[in-house]
Amino acid sequence: MADTVSSASVPVMLGARGYPTALEWIARRAEAFVIPVAALIVGMALFSLFIALVGKSPVQLYETMWRGGFGSWFSIQNSLSRAAPLLLAALCVALPARLGLVVIGGEGAIVLGGVAAAAMGVATSGAPAFFVILAMGVAGLAAGGIWIGAVGALRHYRAVNETISSLLMAYIAIALMNHLVEGPLRDPASLNKPSTEPLAEAYRIGNIPGMDVHWGLVVGVIACILSWLLIEKTSWGFAARIAGGNVRAAQVQGLAVGPLIVGFTALAGGFAGLAGMLEVAAVQGSANASLAAGYGYTGILVAFLARHNPLAIIPVAFLLGGIDASGGLIQRRMDLPDATVLVLQGMLFVVILFSETFYGRFKAFNPDLWQRGDLLKRPDLLKGTA
Amino acid sequence: MDATEIGLWGVPLAVLGGAIRVSTPFIFVSLGEAITERSGRINLGLEGTLVFGAMTAYAVAVMTGSPWLGLLAAAAAGLCFGLFHGWICKFRGVNDIAIGIALMLFGSGLAFFFGKPFIRPSAPDLPAIPFGGWSDIPQVQAALNVNVLFLIGAALAVFLWWAFRNTRAGLILRVVGDSSDAARAMGLNPNTVRLIATGIGGALAGIGGAYLSLYYPGSWTEGISSGQGLMAVALVIFARWNPLGCFAAALLFGGAGALGPALQSVGVTQGYYLFYAAPYILTLVIMIATSSPSRSLAGAPGELSITK
Repeated sequence: MADTVSSASVPVMLGARGYPTALEWIARRAEAFVIPVAALIVGMALFSLFIALVGKSPVQLYETMWRGGFGSWFSIQNSLSRAAPLLLAALCVALPARLGLVVIGGEGAIVLGGVAAAAMGVATSGAPAFFVILAMGVAGLAAGGIWIGAVGALRHYRAVNETISSLLMAYIAIALMNHLVEGPLRDPASLNKPSTEPLAEAYRIGNIPGMDVHWGLVVGVIACILSWLLIEKTSWGFAARIAGGNVRAAQVQGLAVGPLIVGFTALAGGFAGLAGMLEVAAVQGSANASLAAGYGYTGILVAFLARHNPLAIIPVAFLLGGIDASGGLIQRRMDLPDATVLVLQGMLFVVILFSETFYGRFKAFNPDLWQRGDLLKRPDLLKGTA
Repeated sequence: MDATEIGLWGVPLAVLGGAIRVSTPFIFVSLGEAITERSGRINLGLEGTLVFGAMTAYAVAVMTGSPWLGLLAAAAAGLCFGLFHGWICKFRGVNDIAIGIALMLFGSGLAFFFGKPFIRPSAPDLPAIPFGGWSDIPQVQAALNVNVLFLIGAALAVFLWWAFRNTRAGLILRVVGDSSDAARAMGLNPNTVRLIATGIGGALAGIGGAYLSLYYPGSWTEGISSGQGLMAVALVIFARWNPLGCFAAALLFGGAGALGPALQSVGVTQGYYLFYAAPYILTLVIMIATSSPSRSLAGAPGELSITK
């Protein structure tokens, strides 16, 4: 892409095929934007149909959803607060996905990250606030990182399927949290809802100035940007993409695939653990069963919607955070069950996965085909042109 | 000794009874998944199918008063989910594992959506046969009170084991699972065979769900399944795609699942939650022990993405 539109001498650069290169560039990029957006619209249309079939008004539903999630400054802040853990939970899926791994147990890393952070907060209580919060962050990162890193290690060194093992580990993590919160780490004062000792006010993470959104949002956005840089701009990211394409080819190239897989999965789990730490330090104030709120599962959907691109995760997390946030309002205003949002999420998920089949099928997105449209009917010849 | 106070002997007895009671959904889901995986596809969505089947069975049983109609409805609902998975996976670029995850969330979401009004009313149970009548000890009687679905599941395991080897349908299924190209050369359409196999798998998972809501635990709640559908998928790999192995592994898992409640019933409450995690830990340990990075699994269908 060396030849772009320059300012003075040449008004429009033409590529080898005689089309403006800028147009070709846009056409190639447009596919990754148009197909997911079209899938979102189709998914929402199908959901409208579903809502109409159960006898409610789809128009009113989307209106309520808009009002609950995006329509006012208040609701936008609410959506952003929910987006914060989703950003980190989605990274837990997106980073391993670059290596070809489908990790769906982020919920476990969130839960353990939260418990580890709460325990660390109690243990370092009395130290300066900066130190305590840092220690809690490290504890959350480490707990989540070890948990999902183990999934990666099992995958590479023992060939244990990572999808199933990560979900099993999530169930084990939740059981472990219940055990710790009701047993060794329980604050005797928490009667109805067993919790760890509450954090002192000084150790809580506050809000971003001028907003009713805690700093976790900034942490999540930074994590997404760093992940994007890691994948797109570093040699590790490059190696990971090669290993994700073909493990054997990567090994032949002399890449250390094992450490790469363990490193990426550990980082992914670390981010999810950080989400748990933020829930404890900024929202709950202690670790309890509320940590298993399903952010890990919604994060899977966010990552797939964003096609595992860390930068795309940022807007998608906001969108799904908003849908999540509007759930309560939909329940109250329209007398629909709280699971309405889950149905919408499931539908969007299925449609998005189905849309994968349309990549490379449209002539408009592939300048190589602008003159040879007949190639589309020969998918075998198309390999490598996308 | 007083017959009703059998002390710690109650633990193994409760585990045995629990194994029979808890294992039934595992049996149905894992047999269904074995059929699907033998055809070369994996359906992780059976967890969602199980939950939706549980809700459907309960709702229909409440409305009609017949648990058997509920069972039938659950099987039909499961069939729909399975057929949908089988249909959508035939498209190029659509990943069967990812679709399974999506259907897991979608099935649970739909079940919670439609299941809300059925959380309170009580539905008629599926019948059980008291095999423990010879004993005076209530714990023995409780342990040997066997639901008919367990017996049907056992018979089905034996039948499938025989059918995979000795019938034309079994042969077709195995050919398609081992090599799409070989199947096409034989004039078979792999997508059609997989569609049917995934549909049957879904129907069996629906029946497993009906057992959950209509017998044990015997009511519809949103937390009715906590990963049974998923553990059943892991169990199929452990059982090497052999229906008899699935049956044995399901009993083992059922026993592990019954350990926590059994210990609690004799007053051991320390670490209750850790015992509750026993089936998950057992699954994980078995997966680690039976997987190997250097050789592919014996008996694995060649087209199965999960073992490639």
